[in-house]
Amino acid sequence: MMSTAPVLDVQGLTVRLPAGADRRHAVENISFAVKPGEIVCMVGESGSGKSVTAHAIMGLLPREVSAIAGRVLLDGEDLMKKSPAALRRLRGDRMAMIFQEPMTALNPVMRVGEQIAEVLAIHSDRDEKARRGRVLDIIAAVQLPEPARLIDLYPHQLSGGQRQRIMIAAALVLDPDLLIADEPTTALDVTTQAQILRLIRALQQRRNTGVLFITHDFGVVAEIADRVVVMQEGRVVEEGAAASVLRAPRDDYTRMLIRAVPSLTPPARPPVTAAPVVLATKAMSKTFTVGGWFAGRHEVAAVKSVDLSVRRGETLGVVGESGSGKTTVARCIARLIAPSDGAILIEDTDVARLGTRALRPHRKRVQVVFQDPYRSLNPRRTVGEAIVEGPVNFGAPRPAAFARAQELMRLVGLAPDALGRFPHQFSGGQRQRICIARALAMEPEILIADEAVSALDVSVQAQVLALIDDVRRRFDLAVLFITHDLRVAAQICHRIAVMHRGEVVEEGPTVQVFGAPAHPYTRALFDAAPGKNFSFGVEQQTPPSS
Amino acid sequence: MSTEPALLTDAAVPAPRPTNLFAGLARDWAVLFGAAVILVMIVIGVGAPFLGTVDPTEINPTFRNRVPGTEQTIRRADGTTATYRHWMGTDSLGRDVYSRVLYGARISLVVGAAAAAISIAIGLVIGLVAGYLRWLDGIVMRFMDGLMAIPAILLALAVVSLFRAGIVSVIIAIVVPEIPRVVRLVRAIVLSVREEPYVEAAIMTGTPTPLLLIRHVLPNTVAPLIVQGTFVCASAILLEAILSFLGVGIPPDTPTWGNIMAEGRGLFRVYPHNIFFPGLCLALTVLAVNMLGDGLRDRLDPKLAKRM
Repeated sequence: MMSTAPVLDVQGLTVRLPAGADRRHAVENISFAVKPGEIVCMVGESGSGKSVTAHAIMGLLPREVSAIAGRVLLDGEDLMKKSPAALRRLRGDRMAMIFQEPMTALNPVMRVGEQIAEVLAIHSDRDEKARRGRVLDIIAAVQLPEPARLIDLYPHQLSGGQRQRIMIAAALVLDPDLLIADEPTTALDVTTQAQILRLIRALQQRRNTGVLFITHDFGVVAEIADRVVVMQEGRVVEEGAAASVLRAPRDDYTRMLIRAVPSLTPPARPPVTAAPVVLATKAMSKTFTVGGWFAGRHEVAAVKSVDLSVRRGETLGVVGESGSGKTTVARCIARLIAPSDGAILIEDTDVARLGTRALRPHRKRVQVVFQDPYRSLNPRRTVGEAIVEGPVNFGAPRPAAFARAQELMRLVGLAPDALGRFPHQFSGGQRQRICIARALAMEPEILIADEAVSALDVSVQAQVLALIDDVRRRFDLAVLFITHDLRVAAQICHRIAVMHRGEVVEEGPTVQVFGAPAHPYTRALFDAAPGKNFSFGVEQQTPPSS
Repeated sequence: MSTEPALLTDAAVPAPRPTNLFAGLARDWAVLFGAAVILVMIVIGVGAPFLGTVDPTEINPTFRNRVPGTEQTIRRADGTTATYRHWMGTDSLGRDVYSRVLYGARISLVVGAAAAAISIAIGLVIGLVAGYLRWLDGIVMRFMDGLMAIPAILLALAVVSLFRAGIVSVIIAIVVPEIPRVVRLVRAIVLSVREEPYVEAAIMTGTPTPLLLIRHVLPNTVAPLIVQGTFVCASAILLEAILSFLGVGIPPDTPTWGNIMAEGRGLFRVYPHNIFFPGLCLALTVLAVNMLGDGLRDRLDPKLAKRM
C-alpha cells in the first residue's frame, strides 16, 4: 500500500482483565496500524483478544476491563487521552463499528431509516429533509432495493443480510476514516456473506476508508485482507501483507491455524458400495403449522419429499444454508419430531410413525451430536452421569456402564478419571468429545452430527472431525453429517446432499459434487465460499530464510 | 499441532463457576436482615409460652383497655400476689395484647409457609405436565386462566360459608388463586428448557419421560420457585390478616394479627396500641420475607432481576 500516514495507529496497547479471569491481560503490548484505503484483518481463535482490541479502540470497554498502557492514535490524536464526551463525538463521525449480530445491534422498535438518520442528527446540523436525502443515498449505496420503501421498515421485516447492510449504511453514512467490523459476516449465510464482503470492499475503496476487519475465518481473510494481524492469547504473533502471511507464515501458530483450515478440495475416498444401507428416507416431508386457536393458520413446508440413504461405514453430508431444512431432516430421522409424510427406514423398520413406546428400542440405534457444546450437556450433572444415562436406561448395571464410560473417555482422547467432573470444567472441544462418547455408549448404528464442529475454533475443529471419522471407521457407523460449512463437508463426507428450500437439489459423491456441481444453486454456493481461490489445508511453502 | 495438549491428562479449563451461593447471600444485607427477622418471628411463635406470656384468650372484664406498660396485681389461688406488666396493654375484653401478638405469630407463619409450600407443590406438578405434554397444555392453561380470575376474598367468603371458618379454609382460599401463578412460571421454564440440546440428548438415550422431567427439567425450576415461594408466603401472610380483619378468616377468639387489629378497630382513636403492635409485626414480617425473596432472586435469577 501507499506510504501515507495511518488512520489508526495502535502502539503498545495493554488491556487489563479483572481479577479472577483466566489471564491477567486481555491484550498485552500489541501494536499495529491501519492505513487509509486498506483492510487489515485481525484474525485469531476465540479468546485471543480480537474483540477487546476493537472495543478498546472505540472506547467501549466494559467498566471492569481497562486499557492500562499504550496509545491508540486516530489520525494522529490519542484516543486514550480523550474524555468520554469527546470519544462520543468521534464515534460515528470519524470511526464507526459494525457488529456480528445485526438483529441485536439494531433497535427493534425503531424504523431502520430513523436509526441511520439518528447518526446524522447527532453528528451534523442537517435539517430533517437533508437527513432523509442522505439516508436514501446511503441505502442505495449499500445496494438495498427500493430505499424509499425500505427506510420505513422495522428491523424484523428485513433479512439478516439486509439488516447487516443497514448496519453498514449507518456506520458509513458520515464517511468515517476508520471502520471496525467485528465478525460482520459470521452470523450470515455463505452466499449473503460473499455479497456483504464485496460490498464492504467496494465502499471502502470508493471512500478510501481504513478498515479493521475482525474474523476467525481464514477464508474471509483470503477474500478481503490487504494485511493480516494474527492474534494469540492477547499477543500479536504475526503481522504482514495478506499474501505473504497466508502463503508463507513465519510463526508456528499461524502455520498451525492455516493448516487446520479444511481444504475445499475433497481427498480421494473410496466409495462405500458393498455395505448394507442402514438408513433411508423415502419421500420424507415435514410441514409445520404456524398459528393457533384464534390466529390464522398457515403451513410452512420445511422439508419436501427428501430421499436419502446412508450405508454402514459411510458419511453422508447434508449441506445447505440456514432455513434449507437440513436440521429438520436430522431431527426427523432422530425422531425428535415426527415427519408429516414419508418413511424413515432404519434397516428394515419404518420408524416414521412409531409412538413413544414402540420407538424406544430404536432409540439406541440413532444418536445425535449437537452443535452447541455448551448446551448439550446438563450443567448440573457430571459427565460420567451423562455418558452412562443411556446404557442404564436400557438396563445396564451401573458399574459396568461406568467401566465402559472410562473406556469411551480414553477412546475420545480424554482422561478416564475425569468422569466425576462437571461440564463447565471442560473446553468446547472437550465437551464435544464427551458428547461423542455419550453417543457411542449407546452402541448406535447411525450417528447424526448436527453442525457438530461449527461452534469450535478451527484447530479444535480439525481434531473433532478426525475423531468423528475415526469412530465411524472403528464402529462401522453410518454418519449423517449436517453442516453449512463446505470445507468441513469436503474433508469428511463420502457423499454430499445439497439442500435448498427444503429439497435435495443435488446428491452425489463428494468429489463429483465439488468437482462438477450440476445444479445452479450448488454452483452459487461453491462460488460464494470465502477464500475459494486460495488452497488451504495443504503444506504451505516454507518462509524465505532471509 | 494440538492446542488442547492436556487432553489425556487433565481438563485444562479453570472452573469459572459462579461463586458459592451461600457465601454470596451472607454478604447481602437485605437477605441477612430478612432472614434475621424471620428467624426472630419463628422463635417468637414457637417459644410464645416461655416468653412471659399469659393465656392469650383469657378475658378480664375488670382490666380492659389499659395502655402499654400498665401493671396488674394478680392474686393467686394460694393467696400470694404477683404483679404482671402488660407490655402492650390490654384490649377491650381485657386480654393481654403482648401474649396475643406473640401467639399470633404462629398463625401468620404457618399460613405463610403452608400456602407457599402447597401452592408450589401443586403448581410445580401441573406446570411440569402442562409444559411437557403439549396436548394437555391448552386445556390446563385455560383452566388456570379461569382460576386466576377468582378474587381471593370472594373465594374465602365462599369457602368459609361452605365449610367452617378456620385455618384450613383460609389456606385453601389463599392457595387456589396462587396456583396458576406458579403453574405459569414452571410452564415457561419447562418450555425453554425442553428445547435445550441436553434434554434432547436425554430423549435420544431413551430416558423415560418422568425421569427426564425429574432429572433434567426440574432442577432448573428450583431457584425461581424458591423466589416465587417467598412472594407467595408474604402475600399469604398479608391476605390472612386481611381475611381475619374482615371477619371471614380465622375465628375471632384465636389470636392472629388480623383478629387483634379487627378487635382494636372500634377504639382505634383512643387506644391505638391494639392495632399498632400487631400491625408493626405484620409489616416487619412481610417486609422481611419480601427482602429475603428479592435478595434470593438477585442471586439465583439475575435475568429476572433485570426485568423487574
